Amino acid sequence: MLTVRGVHTFYGNIEALRGVDLDVAAGEIVSLIGANGAGKSTLLMTICGNPRAARGTISFEGEDITHEETYRIVRRGIAQAPEGRRIFPHMTVIENLQLGALVAPEEHFKDDLRRVFELFPRLRERQTQRGGTLSGGEQQMLAIGRALMSRPRLLLLDEPSLGLAPLVVRQIYDVVREINEQQHVTIFLVEQNAFNALRLAHRGYVMVTGRITMTGTGRELLTNREVRAAYLEGGQPTVRVGG
Amino acid sequence: MRFGGLVAVNDLAFQASDREITAIIGPNGAGKTTVFNCLTGFYKPTVGRLTLRRDGTEFYLEQMDGFRIAREAGVARTFQNIRLFPRMSVLENLMVAQHNTLMRASGFSLAGLLGLPRYTRAEREALDLARFWLDRVNLTDRADWDAGNLPYGAQRRLEIARAMCTRPVLLCLDEPAAGLNARESYELNELLIDIRDRIGIGVLLIEHDMSVVMQISDHVIVLDYGRKISDGDPETVRNDPAVIRAYLGTEEEEELPEEVAEDLPPEMVRALRSFEDRPHEEDGH
Repeated sequence: MLTVRGVHTFYGNIEALRGVDLDVAAGEIVSLIGANGAGKSTLLMTICGNPRAARGTISFEGEDITHEETYRIVRRGIAQAPEGRRIFPHMTVIENLQLGALVAPEEHFKDDLRRVFELFPRLRERQTQRGGTLSGGEQQMLAIGRALMSRPRLLLLDEPSLGLAPLVVRQIYDVVREINEQQHVTIFLVEQNAFNALRLAHRGYVMVTGRITMTGTGRELLTNREVRAAYLEGGQPTVRVGG
Repeated sequence: MRFGGLVAVNDLAFQASDREITAIIGPNGAGKTTVFNCLTGFYKPTVGRLTLRRDGTEFYLEQMDGFRIAREAGVARTFQNIRLFPRMSVLENLMVAQHNTLMRASGFSLAGLLGLPRYTRAEREALDLARFWLDRVNLTDRADWDAGNLPYGAQRRLEIARAMCTRPVLLCLDEPAAGLNARESYELNELLIDIRDRIGIGVLLIEHDMSVVMQISDHVIVLDYGRKISDGDPETVRNDPAVIRAYLGTEEEEELPEEVAEDLPPEMVRALRSFEDRPHEEDGH
C-alpha cells in the first residue's frame, strides 16, 4: 500500500533521513521505533509531503506521491495525527472534527462523530470549547479524533500515547487494533513506548540516525537482544504500570 | 480556578515540601496544568491562597506577578509543550535563565559595558552554573547547537536545566517523561532524585508515566474534575479504589509470549503483564 524507497530528507544542512526503504501492506499495523532524534517523525511528515523528500520515492497504492501537494495526499486517504497535537486552537472541538471530516463523504459524519465521542467521552463533554482551552491530553485525543474523521485508509500516528492517562493509553491501543481489524484501516505508528508498539504491530522497523537498521515481526523485534538493549531496557520497565 | 462557567480547579488544598518529590496525577483535563499555571502566575486563582515559605519569608503567590514569582519566590517550571528559545544556542538558553542575576550584577548594563570586576565575576559564575547543569543533563557536547535542533528528549532535559539555572526553591515539571524512551526516563528519575537529595529543593511533578511517578515520588496527589480524590504515598494511592477507577484502571494478568517472558527480568514481566491489552471498558472514565 505504502512504499518508501531511498528517501532522503534534509532540514537545512542536517540530513534527517539517509535513504529509508520501508513498506506497509494493506491491512497491516506497522510500528516504527527508535531513539529520540532518529528521524521517525520526519519520515511520517515526509510521507505527507512536508518536508519534501530531497531524493527517493514514496508511493501510495502504486502511485508516486513524492511530489504531490499535501492536501491531495490527504484526499487519497492518508491521515496523520501529528506530534505536538497541532489542533486548531481557535476552533471548537466540533469544528476541529468537522475539518477532519472535510475529505470524507458527508453521509458518514454523524456516525463517525458518535464513534469518536464513544472513544473519547471527554471530547463530547468539551465539544463547544475552543481547542486551545483543552488540556494537553485532551488535545491529543482531538488530534487522533480529527484524523479518524477523515476515514483514512492509511492512518499515521505519531506517538499517540504521548501525555495520556494510563487508562486512556490502553483505550487508544484497543481502538487502533479495532479500527484495523473491523474497518481494515492500515496503521503506521511511531512510538517511544517500544514495548506496546511492537506488541500491537504485525511488523516493526527500527530506525537509527535516519536509516532503517532492522525489521521483523513485532514479536521478532521484541525478542531481539539488540533491540531490547537499545530501546526496551532502561534499568526498569517503562510501561505505564497501573498496579 | 474558574474559567467562565467552568470550574477547572475546585477547592484544592495540598502541600509540597522541600527535599520531597510531590507528584500530581489524574485523568486528562483534571486540572493539573491549571494548578501549575496558578502557582507560576500564568493565571490568578479566582479564590484561594498559595503560600510559599522561603528562608522564613512568606510569599503569597496568588498576589504576585509571574516574573516576581520566578525572581523572588524562586518557583521555576517546565512546559508540557516545550518552550525553549529555539533559535538560541543551548548555552544561551541557560544564560537567559540567569538574566535576573546578571542584570543586577551589571548595574543594569553600565557595569557590564565598563567590564567592572563585579560583573565579570558574576558572568563567570553564571557560566559555571550553566556548565554544571549542561554536564548534569548530558548536553555539554551540544552546547553550541541551536536548542530547536536538539532531539525531543534532549530538549526536555534542557528545559529542566534552564529551570534549575534560576536557582529555584520549587521546581515544577509538567510531564517531563512524555516522549522519552525507557532509558531516557530512567535517567530522568536519577536526575530528579539528585535534584531532591543534593540540591535539596522541592519538586512538583505532573506525569502520566507510572514508572516515574511510583518510583521516585515521596507523595502523590490525585485530581479528577478539579478536585482532590486521593493524597498519600505512592503505595496508598496506587491501591486506592477511587484512583484505580478514575485513572489507573484495573489490572488483569494475561498472556505474554512465553519466549519473551523467559528472556526478561521478572520485574519487567510483572510490569508488562499488568499492561496486557484488555477489552474496552465502558466505565473507563
